[in-house]
Amino acid sequence: MSDIRQARKALTSRILEGGGKASPSDRRAAFNNSGLAEPLGGLVDKVARHAYRVTDEDIAVARESGLSEDQIFEIVVCAAIGAATRQYDTALAALEAATGKE
Amino acid sequence: MSVRLAILDSGHGFGTKGLFALIRTVSRQPVLDVIKLVKYRADFYGGPMQGVTHEAMRGSSTWSVGDRELMAAFVAKTNQCEFCTKAHAAVAQRAYRDTKTVSAVLSDLDTAAIEEPLRATLLMLGKLAREHAVDADDIRVVLAAGASRQQIEDALAVCFSFNVIGRLADAFGFFVPGPKAFEAGAKYLLARGYR
Repeated sequence: MSDIRQARKALTSRILEGGGKASPSDRRAAFNNSGLAEPLGGLVDKVARHAYRVTDEDIAVARESGLSEDQIFEIVVCAAIGAATRQYDTALAALEAATGKE
Repeated sequence: MSVRLAILDSGHGFGTKGLFALIRTVSRQPVLDVIKLVKYRADFYGGPMQGVTHEAMRGSSTWSVGDRELMAAFVAKTNQCEFCTKAHAAVAQRAYRDTKTVSAVLSDLDTAAIEEPLRATLLMLGKLAREHAVDADDIRVVLAAGASRQQIEDALAVCFSFNVIGRLADAFGFFVPGPKAFEAGAKYLLARGYR
């Protein structure tokens, strides 16, 4: 059985609690897809819900708002991992409900 | 055509740039944007993410490597990520030594000639990726089709990884190269995994 629990924990704590160019609160907000002002809020929501709709313009607008490329990089990474985490946690809870906790 | 952030294209350190030159020479293909992403400030994303993805894709599981690569391609297709769909369809085809089954699954899962536990698992992953949620009844259908609890958990790990990677591929605007570049990538991923 593959077990990604430890690796996932390390990933999440690194991106949210480790050092970075974006503030920890912005990284956390991107992860949660909640509480970010525009234009970042819109970009993060797109990454979380339908990333294939992100355009050159979306990234350009984030850059023009004063964010560095490193900050955009971190925010987008946090948004993607947050969205994937919510799906994973929801599905694991459904699995536990269907089978009973081990 | 390059990624939307210049740092992901050319912001790497001297040693990493040397590695890219080596990859280009050996594979005679351009370096895939996904490699450039995991090598950029690898301590932030690439390193820890590769730990998750390697375990999900190559850790011990009763799903074969081909099955898991097929799940990756299927999740990517559901998320409309062209880069990851093509990349992991190529890996699955190579792992299975069979191109027809992979194409069949990606074009019509209901009629593809695969085992029922795998089909039911893929259907569930598709719903999860599309609707962002599944419930206990969705899981019971997969169990009834013959997949074990552990197999479902292993499949959800694959889905986690590709929900992340596909989003980044699309948000950063990965260049989608021709089949030869994905073939070279598939060879590498089967030989070395994701670390």
